[in-house]
Amino acid sequence: MSLPRTPRRFAAARPPRPAPAGHVRIRVAGLRVERAGRTVLDGIDLRVRAGEVHALVGPNGAGKSTLLGAISGDVPAAAGRIEVDGLPRESWSPVELAWRRAVLAQRNTLSFPFTVGEVVRMGRAPWAGRPERDQDDAVVADVLERCDVARFAARPYPALSGGEQARAALARVLAQRATTLLLDEPTAALDLRHQELVMHIARERARAGDAVVVVLHDLTLTGAYADTVTLLGDGRVRAAGAPRDVLTAPLLSGVYRYDIDVVPHPRDGLPLIVPRRGRPARPSADEER
Amino acid sequence: MTTLRKRPAPAADPTPVPGAPRSPGRRGTVLLAGLGVALVLVALLAAGRGQVAISPAEVLGSVLHRLGLDLGPLPSAAQGENALWIVRFPRVLLAAVVGAALGCAGAVMQGVFGNPLAEPGVIGVSAGAAVGAALAIVTGVTVLGGWTVPLAAFAGGLATTYLVYALARSGGRTEVVTLVLTGVAVNAVAGSVIGLLMFVTDQAGVQAIAFWNLGSLAQASWTAVGLAAPCLLVGLAVACADARRLDLLALGEPAARHLGVNTERLRLRLIVVTALPGAAAVAFTGIISFVGLVVPHLIRMVAGPGHRVLLVASALGGAVVVIGADLAARTLVEHQELPLGVLTAVIGGPAFFWLLRRTRDRAGGWG
Ligand SMILES: Nc1ncnc2c1ncn2[C@@H]1O[C@H](COP(=O)(O)OP(=O)(O)O)[C@@H](O)[C@H]1O
Ligand SMILES: [Mg+2]
Repeated sequence: MSLPRTPRRFAAARPPRPAPAGHVRIRVAGLRVERAGRTVLDGIDLRVRAGEVHALVGPNGAGKSTLLGAISGDVPAAAGRIEVDGLPRESWSPVELAWRRAVLAQRNTLSFPFTVGEVVRMGRAPWAGRPERDQDDAVVADVLERCDVARFAARPYPALSGGEQARAALARVLAQRATTLLLDEPTAALDLRHQELVMHIARERARAGDAVVVVLHDLTLTGAYADTVTLLGDGRVRAAGAPRDVLTAPLLSGVYRYDIDVVPHPRDGLPLIVPRRGRPARPSADEER
Repeated sequence: MTTLRKRPAPAADPTPVPGAPRSPGRRGTVLLAGLGVALVLVALLAAGRGQVAISPAEVLGSVLHRLGLDLGPLPSAAQGENALWIVRFPRVLLAAVVGAALGCAGAVMQGVFGNPLAEPGVIGVSAGAAVGAALAIVTGVTVLGGWTVPLAAFAGGLATTYLVYALARSGGRTEVVTLVLTGVAVNAVAGSVIGLLMFVTDQAGVQAIAFWNLGSLAQASWTAVGLAAPCLLVGLAVACADARRLDLLALGEPAARHLGVNTERLRLRLIVVTALPGAAAVAFTGIISFVGLVVPHLIRMVAGPGHRVLLVASALGGAVVVIGADLAARTLVEHQELPLGVLTAVIGGPAFFWLLRRTRDRAGGWG
């Protein structure tokens, strides 16, 4: 005979507690994910700590989005464990999870033409009926400003450009004030200045004690902003650790199957990661004629 | 010229924080108040029109007298009181309840499907409910008394909504094309089942079923009002309690889940809740199409997509539209009553087409 279990819904909700830098917020162990009968992730181990920017890099189809999906609960795991704040993810209620992790998807669509301000305010939904709700106005104003979308606040979200939508979606995710951020290619649609802006925000959140997981394609950006890099290839972790250990020419060239050079920036010494191009042949003027 | 047009930045913006206000907002409040007034006016007008003409003032007077207030004139026409209290009021009230149910059900369904074209008639839920009702009529089952046909319609509507939901969804969203085509298929199947039932049943059954397909308020009674009104109130109350979560569903189901919404439970609850008033409407009046499509769309254009205003305003707007449409159906042609469902389809069909075009243009083609 087993003891009757206390149904979760009658237990008091457990708000997240601040944690010292280095505290493991997300732990993934032995994760395997299958999609359409194919193994797309296998043997994945990952720790995401409070206070770090943790970059996930790897070629297209390596499984970066799938890994984020598995952590956030959108993609079922075929095997392995996923822990959030020390407990299996399933043991948290939806709202308790929403306090702990916010997710920026690779694509962010909207069914109805809500304004940018309304969309960002949706990020406050998990805090309804709690004392944190008093900060709604301040938080919304703050993230609108930070993501440089305050001037679009009254515009309908669908009427924004792709990059502006991406920043508005990021503002919504930041407004959630979750202790772990899972960001899937937040810089993909952005111009150079806004890429830096977004990575600055990621750093700032980490300094404030959040754990930030971010999928990136720009390896130079990764080298400049990440504390930890996990390199994925063909559904497996190929390397993990500090940027200088992972972002090396031999490792990257192998995983991306392309010759890659890693050179220090002449001014600040940060790694510049560039494909080896030589001098690409261009058609000369008389050839075009 | 250009320098003159430049406006100075407003000093001290009166709205402290951009974004959705917590209260319905000024436009929403004005809209709700306007719709409330319109509802009262159109109801007074509709109750007065018919074979025995009664002025709106007399209609109001009659109501006030029944409420124990000695105000206003009583109907001067012979049989005026009876015409009002036995025939007109149940009809106008049922029109209001059914219209409100359709408007609200349409708004909720669009929110759940994340698609502005979802509507009980379009996706075949009304047809499914009509199949349920027709089955109950043809088989002559009356185990549940006056509730039998409504409950059969409810069961049919519920099953169909769930079926469409399961068939038309992929990846937490419902594409417009998939949804509309699923509706075509469901409507075709429901139509053939109804045709079959008409074939096997007797003359009275055929007439009763034909009534479902055309949609009419001619069989309105106080009993029908008494059965339909609770369905509407329960549905509207539950939907309004979920208004904020419906807003979040616009982000897509995964994003709503990440914001702490139990989307599985929300979806189930809302599907049941829209089937309830929607099927009640079908049970007493047959299929009145497009009200649930056009009304929420118009409301969104005025007050924005936020569900707290949208749900209530769609209910009020639906009530106004159906009372008005029924008034037109019974007064447009002398001594003849047009089928109400046909009338709403005449207006609603082109409106649906226009919406479809607009949605396509926005999305840049169906891809
Ligand atoms: N819904 C799906 N069904 C089947 N296979 C999928 C699905 N989504 C992604 N995949 C496959 O899983 C692998 C990993 O995809 P993904 O995680 O999106 O890669 P990326 O690293 O580029 O984000 C790819 O081979 C992709 O084709
Ligand atoms: Mg991806």
